[in-house]
Amino acid sequence: MLDGLTSLMPITTLAADAAASYTGSKDALASGAGSGLMVLVPLLAILGAIASALMLCFKVRTKLPAWGVVGTIAVAFVITLVGFLNWNGDGAHIAHAFEWINASWGSGGAGETFTANFSFYMDGLSWLWMLFVTGLGALIALYASEYMAGDKGYARFFGAFGLFVFSMACLVMGDNLVLLYLGWEGVGLCSYLLIGYFYTKPEAVAAAKKAFIVNRIGDVGLALGIFLIYITFGTVEYAELFPLISDGHAVNVAGDPISGWVTWAIPCLLMLGAFGKSAQFPLYVWLPDAMEGPTPVSALIHAATMVTAGVYLIARCFPLFTLSDGSMIALQVVGYVGMVTALLAATIGMAQFDIKRIMAYSTVSQLGYMFAGLGVLTTTGAAFHVFTHAFFKATLFLACGAVMHGFAGQLDLRKLSGLWSQPGWRIVTIAMFIGCLNLAGVPFTAGYFSKDMILAEAFITPWGQLIGWVLLFTAGLTAYYTFRVFFRVFVGPAQYEPGDEHHAEDHDHSHFHPHPPGWAINAVLAILAVACLVAAATYFVKPDEGKGWVGGLLSDSSAAYVSPHGHHGDDHPDDHGAEHALRIGDAEVIPASHPGHDGEDGHSHDDDHAEKDERAMKAGTFLGMDPHKVMYYVSALFGLVGILAAAFLHGPKGPAGLFIGNRTEAAHSRADKLLPMLGPIPTWAQNKWYVDEFYNMVIRVPLLVVSHIFHLIDKTLVDGAVTVAGSLPKTLAKAIRPTQSGVLQGYAGGMAVGLVLLLFVVWIVVIRAGGVG
Amino acid sequence: MITSLAHIAEPVTTVAPDIFGDVGVSLYHYLFVSATLFALGVIGFLTRRNMIVMFLCTEMMFQAAGLALIAFSKYHLNHSGEVFVIFVLTIAAAEAALALALVVLLFRRRETLNAEDWALLRG
Repeated sequence: MLDGLTSLMPITTLAADAAASYTGSKDALASGAGSGLMVLVPLLAILGAIASALMLCFKVRTKLPAWGVVGTIAVAFVITLVGFLNWNGDGAHIAHAFEWINASWGSGGAGETFTANFSFYMDGLSWLWMLFVTGLGALIALYASEYMAGDKGYARFFGAFGLFVFSMACLVMGDNLVLLYLGWEGVGLCSYLLIGYFYTKPEAVAAAKKAFIVNRIGDVGLALGIFLIYITFGTVEYAELFPLISDGHAVNVAGDPISGWVTWAIPCLLMLGAFGKSAQFPLYVWLPDAMEGPTPVSALIHAATMVTAGVYLIARCFPLFTLSDGSMIALQVVGYVGMVTALLAATIGMAQFDIKRIMAYSTVSQLGYMFAGLGVLTTTGAAFHVFTHAFFKATLFLACGAVMHGFAGQLDLRKLSGLWSQPGWRIVTIAMFIGCLNLAGVPFTAGYFSKDMILAEAFITPWGQLIGWVLLFTAGLTAYYTFRVFFRVFVGPAQYEPGDEHHAEDHDHSHFHPHPPGWAINAVLAILAVACLVAAATYFVKPDEGKGWVGGLLSDSSAAYVSPHGHHGDDHPDDHGAEHALRIGDAEVIPASHPGHDGEDGHSHDDDHAEKDERAMKAGTFLGMDPHKVMYYVSALFGLVGILAAAFLHGPKGPAGLFIGNRTEAAHSRADKLLPMLGPIPTWAQNKWYVDEFYNMVIRVPLLVVSHIFHLIDKTLVDGAVTVAGSLPKTLAKAIRPTQSGVLQGYAGGMAVGLVLLLFVVWIVVIRAGGVG
Repeated sequence: MITSLAHIAEPVTTVAPDIFGDVGVSLYHYLFVSATLFALGVIGFLTRRNMIVMFLCTEMMFQAAGLALIAFSKYHLNHSGEVFVIFVLTIAAAEAALALALVVLLFRRRETLNAEDWALLRG
C-alpha cells in the first residue's frame, strides 16, 4: 500500500516513510534506553535554576551559582549526546516523565479524551535542537560565569538561565502541543526576565516589556492554533496527530476526513505564533531592542536558540502546513515574510554603528532566511541553517560581548579599531573572523552550505523565484555588513575609546587599559569557532542524499518532507518529482481526490509526461540552469562582492583591507565620503526605516489617544455614576440619622412603642379576625 | 402561643374556675399584678436617668414576667412556667452581676450615673 502510494504520490515520499515508522500507534513508540534518560534533561536544568534561586536567597557572593548551572547543563548535554548516539535513527521514541493532563468524558472514545502528558518525543528534529540547546547552553553559561562576574544579580542571572534551558527543553522535546506551549511561554518569560536583567536601566525595562508584548501577539495565534488543532483533529499529541496526515490528506481521530477552512486556518495561526517568537516581519521589532540584556543572553536566547523556536514549530508541524486542501497558503506567506524580513533587517543592519545591534539585525535577517527556507519547502535547509547559525551567531555575539566587556561597554564601531594588534585579543579576533566568514557565506563554511540549500530550493519552488533573487541579493548585503564590522573593529590601526561603563578615577583615556578576556571567554570562543568548522563538515556526512547530517536527522522526524519540485529526475530513475512540480505549481490542477483515485490520476499524468516535465523544468530553474548545481558559485559570488565592498568602504590600508581599503583611523573611512551619494537612504536605514516610529504612530499613539478617551469616560461617566450612587444613601442617611440619638431612653421608648404596636397588630389581626371567623 | 393568648382574653369567669382557692383570686388578678409591675418597670426605665434605678426597673420587668409565668403554670397545672422562672432568675442573677459591673466601670470613667451622658452612638 505504501509502496504504491509513494510511486504515485511522490509529494510526500519521505513523509509517508516517516509516518510509516510511527506506525500510527503509540505502543510502537517504545522508549529507547537513551531516550528514557532525556527526562533528566529538563529536571537537571530546573534543579540548576532552583539551586541558583536558593543561593540568591542566601546571598551567595561567589561563582557557585554559575558552576551549578554550567554543571547541570553540561551533564544535560552529555545525557543528550549519549541518548542521541543510542538513538540510531529509528524513528520517534517517547520518554514518559509523568502524567500531566488526562481527561475523558462521554464514553471516552475518539474525540472524547484530552491527553497532554509530561512526555518527551525524541525524533531527529528534537535531537537536533536539544543537542545545540544544551551544548551551546553549557558553553554560554561557562562564558557568562566570567562575563557576569562581580554583578550583583549573578545568582538571579543563572537562575533565569537554568529556567530558560528547562523551558526550551519542554518546548523542543514535549510530545504534545500543550507542553510545547508551556515551554513556549516559559522561554518568553525567561527572555523577559533576562532582557530586563539590568532593571535599573529604563531602556532595558522598556525593551523587556516590548519583547513580552510583541510576543503576546504571536502567542495568541499559537494558542488559537492549538485549540483549533484539538477541535479539528481531536488530539494534541504528536504521536497521534501526525499519522492522521498522509499525502496531504488528513482525517481526525474518529477517521472523518478533514477539509475546508481549517486546513489553511491552522497553519496560518501557528505561523503567527512563529512570527512572534522568531522575530519575523512585522513582529521583529522586539529582537534588536532585546540587546539591552547581558551579552551571553543575547547570544543564547536572542540568537542561537529561543528565536529558532518558530522555525522548530513550523518544521514540527510541517504535515499540517502541507495539507493539499490548504494549497500551502501559509507556507507561501511564510516564504514571502521571511524574504521581506531578511532584506529589511539586512538593510537596517548595514547602517547601524552599534556592533551588537548589527548582529541583532543579522539574526533577524538570518531568521528570515530560515522562514524563507520553510516557505520554499526545504525543512532540511531551514533546520540546517538553524544549526549552523546557532554556532556562528553565538560565536559572533560572544566575540562582540568580549569586546564590550573589555572596552567598558564600548560597542560603536567608529570608536574601536585594530583589536588584532592589541595584546590578548587574538583568540577573539580569530573567532570573530570565523564567525564572519560563516555569516557572509564564504565558500566551504557552514553558513555557506546552509544558505545555499535554501537558495537552491527557492529557485526550484514555483513561488520561490522572487524569494530566491531577494535572498541572493540579501546574501551580498549580509557579507557587506558582517565584514564592515570586522574591517572596522578587528583590523587596522589600533585605536579605541572606552565606553561609558569606564569607572576609573579619571576619564582620561590614556589611563584606560582594556582588559583582555580571561580563560573562560577564550576557551568558549575557541570551542565555538571550531564548532563552526565542524558544522560545515556535517554537510558531507550523507552526501548521496544532498542534505547532509541534518537532512538525515530530519528524514526521521515529522519535518520529513521532500519538495515535489526537486530535480531528482537527474539523479533518480523516476521523474515524478518534476511531474508534481506542475501539480503544486498550478493549484487548480491538484486533484482533491481520494487515495483510491490516485491510480488513474497517475496514469493520466504519465500520458503527457514529456510536456509537463518540460513545464516543470521551466518553473524551477535558475536562469535555465539547475539551481542545485550553480547556486554554489552564484551565492559565493554575491558573498565575495559584499566582502569586497566592505573592504573597499571600510577596510584599512594594506593587506588587512585586501589592498583596496584606505582607512587610517577608527572614526573615518571611505564610506563617509561615498555613502552621502546615496542621498537620505543610509540615514533612513540607520533609523530602521522608521518602522518603530510607524508603529508608534499607527498603534501606540492611537492606543494612547483611545486610552485617554476611556480614561476621561472613566473619570466622568463611570466615576460619576458611582459618585451619584454613593451620594444617594448618604443623603438618605443624613435624613434618618437623627433617629439614632444615642440616648438610652430613646431606644427603650422606641422598643416600648414597637411592642405596643406589635401587640396592637396581633390583637387586630389574630384575635379580632379569629373572633369574627 | 397565639392560641393561648386567645385563651386568656376570654372572660375569666367562664374559663377560669377558682383554682387558686376559695378566696376569689383568679388568674386574672395575677396577670393584672404582673402587668402593673411591668408597666411600672417600663415607665421607670423610660423616665429615670440614673443607671442603677434603670437597672432596678429592668429587674422589675423580669419579675413581672416571672409572676405571669408562675400564674400560668398553676393555671395549666404543669411545671413548665416554674422551671422557666428558675432559668429567668439564673439569668437575672448573672445579668445583675454584669450590669452592675458595667455601671461601676462607666461611673469610674465619668464620675456620673446619668445615662444621658453616654450617647456615643449618636448618628
